[in-house]
Amino acid sequence: MDNKQPAVSMRGITKTFGKVVANDHVSIDIYKGEILSLLGENGSGKTTLMNMLSGIYYPDSGHIYINGREEFIHSPKDALDLGIGMVHQHFKLVDVMTATENIILGLNEGKFDLKAASKRISEICDRYGFELDPNQKIYDMSVSQKQTVEIVKMLYRKADILILDEPTAVLTPQETERLFDVLRNMKKDGKAIIIITHKLNEVLEISDWVDILNKGKFIGNLKTSETNTQEMTDMMVGHAVKLDIERPEPKDAKPRIIVKGLTVSSADGIRKLDDVSFDIRSGEILGIAGISGSGQRELLEAIAGLQKIDTGEITYIDDSGKKSNLVGEDPEAIAEMGVALSFVPEDRLGMGLVGNMDLTDNMMLRSFRKGKGPFTDRKIPQNLAKEVVEELSVDTPGLSTPVRRLSGGNVQKVLVGREIASNPTVLLTAYAVRGLDINSSYVIYDLMNRQKEKGVAVVYVGEDLDVLLELADRILVLCGGKVSGILDGRTANKNEVGLLMTSLGGAS
Amino acid sequence: MKNKTKNGTGLHIVKRASISWYKAMGIRAIALVCAILVCAIVTWALTRESPLEVMATIFGGSFASQRRFWVMMQDLSVLLLISLAMAPAFRMKFWNIGGEGQVMIGCLATAACMITLGNRLPNGLVILLSLISAVIAGGIWGLIPAVCKAKWNTNETLFTLMMNYVAIQLCAYFIILWEKPKGSGKVGIINQSSHAGWLPVIGRYKYLLTVIVAAAVTIFIFCYMKYSKHGYELAVVGESQNTARYVGIRVGRVIVRTMLLSGAVCGLTGFMLVAGSDHTITTTLANGRGFTAVLVAWMAKFNPFGMIFTSFLITFMSKGAGEVATNFNLNESFSDILTSIIIFFLIGCEFFIQYRIVRKKEAK
Amino acid sequence: MFNFVAFIPSAVKQSIPLLLGSTGETLTEKSGNLNLGIPGIMYVGAISGVIGSFFYENHLTAVNASINPILGIAIPILCSLLGSLLMGLLYCFLTVNLRANQNVTGLAMTTFGVGFGNFFGGSLIKLTGSDVPSISLRATSGCFQKTLPFANKTGVVGKLLFSYGFLAYTAIIIAILAALFLRKTRLGLQLRAVGENPGTADAAGINVSKYKYIATCVGSMIAGLGGLYYVMDYASGVWSNNAFGDRGWLAIALVIFTVWRPDLSIFASILFGGLYILYLYIPTGTNMAIKEIYKMFPYLVTIAVLIIMSMLNKKENQPPAALGLPYFREDR
Repeated sequence: MDNKQPAVSMRGITKTFGKVVANDHVSIDIYKGEILSLLGENGSGKTTLMNMLSGIYYPDSGHIYINGREEFIHSPKDALDLGIGMVHQHFKLVDVMTATENIILGLNEGKFDLKAASKRISEICDRYGFELDPNQKIYDMSVSQKQTVEIVKMLYRKADILILDEPTAVLTPQETERLFDVLRNMKKDGKAIIIITHKLNEVLEISDWVDILNKGKFIGNLKTSETNTQEMTDMMVGHAVKLDIERPEPKDAKPRIIVKGLTVSSADGIRKLDDVSFDIRSGEILGIAGISGSGQRELLEAIAGLQKIDTGEITYIDDSGKKSNLVGEDPEAIAEMGVALSFVPEDRLGMGLVGNMDLTDNMMLRSFRKGKGPFTDRKIPQNLAKEVVEELSVDTPGLSTPVRRLSGGNVQKVLVGREIASNPTVLLTAYAVRGLDINSSYVIYDLMNRQKEKGVAVVYVGEDLDVLLELADRILVLCGGKVSGILDGRTANKNEVGLLMTSLGGAS
Repeated sequence: MKNKTKNGTGLHIVKRASISWYKAMGIRAIALVCAILVCAIVTWALTRESPLEVMATIFGGSFASQRRFWVMMQDLSVLLLISLAMAPAFRMKFWNIGGEGQVMIGCLATAACMITLGNRLPNGLVILLSLISAVIAGGIWGLIPAVCKAKWNTNETLFTLMMNYVAIQLCAYFIILWEKPKGSGKVGIINQSSHAGWLPVIGRYKYLLTVIVAAAVTIFIFCYMKYSKHGYELAVVGESQNTARYVGIRVGRVIVRTMLLSGAVCGLTGFMLVAGSDHTITTTLANGRGFTAVLVAWMAKFNPFGMIFTSFLITFMSKGAGEVATNFNLNESFSDILTSIIIFFLIGCEFFIQYRIVRKKEAK
Repeated sequence: MFNFVAFIPSAVKQSIPLLLGSTGETLTEKSGNLNLGIPGIMYVGAISGVIGSFFYENHLTAVNASINPILGIAIPILCSLLGSLLMGLLYCFLTVNLRANQNVTGLAMTTFGVGFGNFFGGSLIKLTGSDVPSISLRATSGCFQKTLPFANKTGVVGKLLFSYGFLAYTAIIIAILAALFLRKTRLGLQLRAVGENPGTADAAGINVSKYKYIATCVGSMIAGLGGLYYVMDYASGVWSNNAFGDRGWLAIALVIFTVWRPDLSIFASILFGGLYILYLYIPTGTNMAIKEIYKMFPYLVTIAVLIIMSMLNKKENQPPAALGLPYFREDR
């Protein structure tokens, strides 16, 4: 490397959350006038590392040097004073205020003069090529404009070390291009820029260097001009690990749900799913792979009747071959059609369960309508709760414990247990083993295999490619809301899937 | 989770994971004792009487005579009925503070039936029609803000608050239309000679019927919230609208249905007030109890049986303080002061049930 | 014939307590606190002033002196401000520190405030031993009602514009200042941020609790002055229990009606005040009942505004986004 001094140098940074080691002796450097990509899968510790640079977390051990001097960053304000600004994935903006008002919020710079501030903002925009109307209200803005406000906010506060957490996740390709232009201008101006990302093509396009993390550990530092996607993928996903997950042969697999040309946009008008077509078959586990935010959530919610659909068809075919259309129906209507659909959503306590209710009441969420008369039957859910607790060895003080008091893994067991208990014909799961220990994970895999053997059409959205490759019969790979490939789980290999996830694979 | 205080003492406020019911009750009991102490000091400062004598007077306010006891029971029942009406909506996190108006509109509907139909239709039919119209009127008063909330997310707190005064002014309008004698601005006792539309009196106990109705409604609301499908749905909606949608509960429909029930129970209360006990209508018939009920329901954490206790506490204190006021030559508003002191303590103490304050060594 | 020259000044006088109440409540709500205790606070503001000047006037009678206009004004105003400040502090302590529910706390404060006002009002009445159930503070009221010397000489214009006591003009100035504060100052911007999105405000380094405290307490004091104006000027120094009526709730309605803008409130309060007394000026003949319908109008139009605003869903006209919600950093 050059012998000039790094703007930021993080040395031997370690951070643990409880038992989880989020960063394990990670060291990185970033120089003025350069763009560094921080690459890694979900949970590899990228954001944690940057949060320590921007003052949100404080490292357990290790040192941070800014322009050669050791600094102790305790708060975002400390970070800003050192010229470090971070743009998070969730914007912190007040909707009813203008860009200018948001940018100067909390600052105390002499006379209160919105006009002067707007002028300064326009200057910053002109300098780097941002397109921003300082007097536009936030609620009138697209996601990309909001992001611009956040970046300008940092520049207005004289940040010269800029961290962007997955900035392109919410942008269209054109917007991404524009952002990259701006970043190049900032680089020319001598700013040090760090981008957290897992999109390889973007790494190659924008950055000078790439640092790769895997499971909290620093894997390597590459010069982007001297590397390629294959090398980066290998380092990012690591080597295949044998897990010995059982995979029974599917019997009599026939289409249960056919999705055709499904297109979904978010409330902001961002296209989340683009012309997605595939089928879900009975007696088979369909794995869905993809970088997080590639449309997995929207896809499952669209099938479950929770997502507004722009265009496309979702058809359910029952055992007798009768077809029913699921588009435009809400969950109650879908259930009334006789479609036994179970759904383990990603947001367990925000959607799948009610945190303040006890186990029995949570079991009842699916079954409370059953039975005649105006009253609920608590016996059945209570027995079910007992069963789930025993079979999945849920660690709980009792059945009348509010589920929010259980640990993440136990919450997940309760949720999965309930969804399976309703005898579904289709079981949709999103990150079913996230946060679970090894044993519990195997219990869940086992449960899914039992469902598969019963002829249930199982969808498994996962983030661990090793699991997907051993559990799923077929793997659908999503990339940026599009299907980039459907592979046979028995023959596919990890690199192939990894490349498809970053959209560089073969046929789509 | 860290919340470093400015002065650097390192006091942290930590949400309790759980608290045993006896501990929670203990905290409430301590708060109640503190509140009574403050009340005692205030009373002593104003009367300079021995605390024991004041205590005895307060007790006497509700229990000195059979008549007082029944008046207390009547007031307790009415307050309890309105609080019960509030409970399902609050459980759903719908801030209905329009109980006052929903009761008044029920009163108005009842009075209208008694005045216009009394002596023209058989008595039983008049009572039945009064009941139905009161329940419907109260229901509509609850329904209107609920529909707007479900459709356009209109702020229900402000909406129901405004509805109170619309109802009260409507009453004021009709009171002048019906005033008797002309020019008095009062309706007087409706059907005083014929008793048309009056609810029957059980034995010698004029107020017993209201007590029975309140007891029945308590059991009904308890079962409705705890055991019925509707009650379950509204609890889920209150906890998380996302989860409700996920399991296929239609949120808007639940909001409208629950408020219809809330309003209907308020309407029923209005019916009991006019047809059962007061046999007249004034603009102050609800007497702020629509608001007090919010406090009663809140302090009991929406548990119908808990509300029996909290509404007893409030009624007992206000009767007792009223008695203190007359005996020691104080103003009758004295009771409002004492009851609000108790309420302040009881709503303040919830903090210590929800949170713990821990002192941590030097936070980073 | 509709008598505008008589109607407008009474409408204005009627409007001032509403204007002060709504300005105070607007400031409070902009910090995200929905203070339903405002009606109680206005009672406390009024009775505190009454208590102060009652003892001052009694002292004057005892020493046989005539009223010192400066003290005659300063004593009740200071007492009133102190009384409503204490109420504001109580509300903040319960909702900000103890995290009690805002609606419940507010309603309890209204019960308390109205009871407090009536209790001390009633007690003072007993002290005077008078036959009528009211206290009369003529001398103090004289100070408050003093108009500009040329008010009576300038005919209709004087009657419409200059016939009010100084608190009326103060109220309008406060409303204008409050509007300017919210729109044109740094502190106003930060206060609005607290009410809209306390999480963002906190992240920007704004002390959320401090802003809530100050806005609520200042708001309470302004509203308390509304109560004081009612007794000292509008009611000519006569306190009688419950005379203030439901004006506090009307002030809260006004906040919604003016979509949280104190400057609009100057005109809207006159409209509300006018509707409140319209029945006196419209020949109703024998139909006395209809005046009660007129009194309903302020509430009906407020409901209409509330519904229309939520239907249009225009962001600027919505209640502050975090209104009524508690903010705890660790809950994020």
